[in-house]
Amino acid sequence: MIERVRAAVSEVRDPEIRVLSIQELGILREVRAGDDGRVVVTVTPTYLGCPAMDVIRAEIEAAARAAGCTEIEIVTCLTPPWTTDWLSETARAKLAAAGMAPPGPVGTPPSGRTLPLIPLSPGPRRCPRCGSADTTEIARAGSTACKALWRCDACRQPFDLMKEH
Amino acid sequence: MKVHDTAERADSRFDYLLGLGDDALIAAQRTAEWCARAPQIEEDVALANIALDLLGQARELLSYAGEVEGRGRDEDALAFGRDEHEFRNVQLVELPDGDFATAIAKMLFFGVYQRLLYSALSEADDRRLAGIAAKAAKETAYHVDHAVTWTLRLGDGTAESHRRMRTAVEQVWPFTHELFEPAGPVSVGVDPGVLRAPWTRLIEQVLARATLRRPDDDWRPTGGRRGLHTEAFGRLLAEMQYLYRAHPGARW
Repeated sequence: MIERVRAAVSEVRDPEIRVLSIQELGILREVRAGDDGRVVVTVTPTYLGCPAMDVIRAEIEAAARAAGCTEIEIVTCLTPPWTTDWLSETARAKLAAAGMAPPGPVGTPPSGRTLPLIPLSPGPRRCPRCGSADTTEIARAGSTACKALWRCDACRQPFDLMKEH
Repeated sequence: MKVHDTAERADSRFDYLLGLGDDALIAAQRTAEWCARAPQIEEDVALANIALDLLGQARELLSYAGEVEGRGRDEDALAFGRDEHEFRNVQLVELPDGDFATAIAKMLFFGVYQRLLYSALSEADDRRLAGIAAKAAKETAYHVDHAVTWTLRLGDGTAESHRRMRTAVEQVWPFTHELFEPAGPVSVGVDPGVLRAPWTRLIEQVLARATLRRPDDDWRPTGGRRGLHTEAFGRLLAEMQYLYRAHPGARW
């Protein structure tokens, strides 16, 4: 049964980035059978204040029940902290196909002790639609905490960018 | 005797977590007041997202504080059920944002402090606190980025934006001293005093690039960590706590 539940839970979509499953986004950490017949699902938030977490928990529970699980426990863990480096190549390709520029590598973790004065300016990005590098940042804080808003100056389309985190 | 020691340790840990959680909560509430009032729509969204980050930190910290206290108070009971004198936040975060420059000055001073503090706390012995801090440190980098960008733009901007940013920095500056006062026994968290030198160095760099003068150290208002708050704080709480208190047990 645990395999069936795991498969069902892995398919739950992120409510804010619908093209990705919670598995592909890297926020589903573990699905395991507990001692007393329960299924224990461990998730980690992208950001501490992510408002989608309640919806995600509810959808995990619904998916697990639909797969025949009656007792489910959802555990939230913060360590290790989620990073966009956990997005698979497939997940990045899906983002680009949906018109959202995928995050670049995080590289040195921003949680380090060095504190760049003007950090996080990501340099020019390729337009996910036409591939041009002739792009401009419009707003570093986009529609959600994890996105920035950019514009392609070649095809004149705005696009979301998933920020390195 | 041993039991007594343990209880005392739990008490000081509760106080410490409350201080961290209240700082984030009250900063979140003040920042969220800009929702639908910011100077541009992008800024509206940015400030709302920053407020949400801070609220997320507050929820984790207050939930943890409630568990440490062991009296059955959850995040909501702590956020909405306490009176003014029971809050442990520094006065800096409760100051009203008279104009946008004030909001940015506060975000700069508080954000750099939080960034340094959370980075240090991410190596704390308390693994749960370290986990919260490690996540929050990453988020705070965006807040600092945002505040620095605006400080440069306003400070090194028009005569009017410069005047407003300079006034904001001067008015908020005295309240930054409280950030570095001992927040409890050092064994619980990080001695905030050690953050002062790196904080000052960074802030001075930003102010210089923004063509702003670093204010002189003069008046040092204090007391937030002991429950002494400014006049404006009562009004903030009244708005924040109204629903919870008027309709006990209300749920969405």
